[in-house]
Amino acid sequence: MSASHPPVRRYRPPAPLGGRRHASGGLARRSAGAFAFLAPALIVIGLFVIWPMVSALRLSFTDASGFGREEWVGLENYVTVFTDPDILNAVVNTVQYTVLFTPAAVLAALGLALLLVNPHLPFRSFFRTALFVPFVISFAVAAFAWSYLIDPQVGLLNHWLGGLGIRMGNVLQDPTLAMPAVAFVAVWKLFGFYFVIFLAGLQDIPSSLYEAARVDGAGPWSRFRHVTLPLLSNTMAFVLVFAMIAALQAFDQIYVMTGGGPYGHTQTVVMEIYESGFRKLEVGFASALSYVLLAATLILSLVQFVFFGRREKDLSS
Amino acid sequence: MSLAATSRRGRRAPKPSTVLATIAVVAVSAVVLLPIAIIVLTAFKPVAEVNAFPPSLFPHEWTLDNLRQVTSDLPFLRLTANSFVFAGGVTAFALTFDSLAAYALARMDFTGRRALLIVIIATLMIPFQATLIPLYQLVADLGWVNSYAGLIAPRAADAFGIFFLRQFFLALPRDVDAAARIDGASEFRVFRSIVLPNAVPALLTLGLFTFVNNWNDLLWPLVFTTEAEMGTITSGLTLLTGPSGIVPHGVMMAGSLLAILPLVIAFLFIQRRFIENIATTGLK
Repeated sequence: MSASHPPVRRYRPPAPLGGRRHASGGLARRSAGAFAFLAPALIVIGLFVIWPMVSALRLSFTDASGFGREEWVGLENYVTVFTDPDILNAVVNTVQYTVLFTPAAVLAALGLALLLVNPHLPFRSFFRTALFVPFVISFAVAAFAWSYLIDPQVGLLNHWLGGLGIRMGNVLQDPTLAMPAVAFVAVWKLFGFYFVIFLAGLQDIPSSLYEAARVDGAGPWSRFRHVTLPLLSNTMAFVLVFAMIAALQAFDQIYVMTGGGPYGHTQTVVMEIYESGFRKLEVGFASALSYVLLAATLILSLVQFVFFGRREKDLSS
Repeated sequence: MSLAATSRRGRRAPKPSTVLATIAVVAVSAVVLLPIAIIVLTAFKPVAEVNAFPPSLFPHEWTLDNLRQVTSDLPFLRLTANSFVFAGGVTAFALTFDSLAAYALARMDFTGRRALLIVIIATLMIPFQATLIPLYQLVADLGWVNSYAGLIAPRAADAFGIFFLRQFFLALPRDVDAAARIDGASEFRVFRSIVLPNAVPALLTLGLFTFVNNWNDLLWPLVFTTEAEMGTITSGLTLLTGPSGIVPHGVMMAGSLLAILPLVIAFLFIQRRFIENIATTGLK
């Protein structure tokens, strides 16, 4: 190994006291150095995130259509967002989707993490992998597979459930079942990610705390309620906010499975943004709708910051 | 010692709660793996069996017809190559640019660092749909619609990656790079030779995340490509569902199988490290 060692840098005598200033340079020079590191990322984010943000804000006050000159229309687009029945329908649907998806995904993830944290469970790493696999499969493919499984004529799941006496009919054409179906596909696809995060959070809880609780006579529910839940609250807040933001942005599997139907029952806000912006070319209106979505996301993220106040302290370092 | 512990555990009768937990986990895993099984098995089913009633899980007869059909209906090699270029390109650029920026934010002292960090965290919360329309216009003005540049450049750096790597770099010990600096190593040399080699788990995790998310993204290629030839495998599959709404399930499943195969294989090879890295690199 020593034979292939690169030539060692010639010994330099240690810098005299106060010489560290020389090694690290003045603040101005260091700022210039730091800027060289930051420049590529800042150019990309500035050009492709910040600039479109500013641009969208301006467009949201116009009747832009992507062609020709746009007229300033003031708050008209925002008034439409909050009064148009189609948009209100999309907002209600998005909230409904969020309410269906978030608790189901978070509880499934937490429940399975609690089961898999048990060290006596056989084949733990196999199950851990199996539960995570859907996360690497695209929403589009997930949507094709589930659509086929619940197909009213040839769907295997429909057939099996029918054998148990459960008749689902044509789920994706059913106004009451279509939304739960597309939300279920999202639970299937995403819960494995939350599950892994919960599992890591659970493994961080010192077992001595459980032993102390047991010595004090706490039963399984009491240990969960008074040890696990409080110590998992940060992880829980993180997962909840991530799940809610994912729900607000629902698009892919709905586009594939129902296209927003039947009769707009699965039309979400992002579906509306896509359709008004790229199909109907109502660019100004779509921008206003985007900003309303952004505001909703910011509010949720703010909740995250309140929950995570302690964790973000190192920002000041 | 571990051998003795294992055999002792093996001999002891499992607790009833463990048995119940195992049953529950097996049941959930079966439901979770069912769509993957249906993709793989249907891809090899003859058309008659795909549309047969009652349906069955396993094919009675195995065929390659669906795979042949999907590779002739779609420019399949081209779409797969596009997916690799798009997802791979975004990953390569984002890892490079994000790690450089994260290094400056975590390890260098400069005026405005805190303000910059706050701006970056703020952009973290912007749903990309919110900027999609002006972004499309910008890409169109640059003449980049239907090009790799248009697909890749807007994602060549992202706030999440910078924040994620910054958190990881902050946690790395500093004595080695302080010593290297005193020895006259340049800041870039410290970054490349000391910090980066120690950040491999974080880079691997972020890289896989980025690759998987872009490979699987549907809206992005739908917006930035209008020619079928420039789409990705994920967006290309949606072309198979014709306007009639009649889906040739066998062909769809064959296409789905080809679309997920590279990711699932890659994931199975590195899954243990990947999952553990998610757990240990500050995502929880």
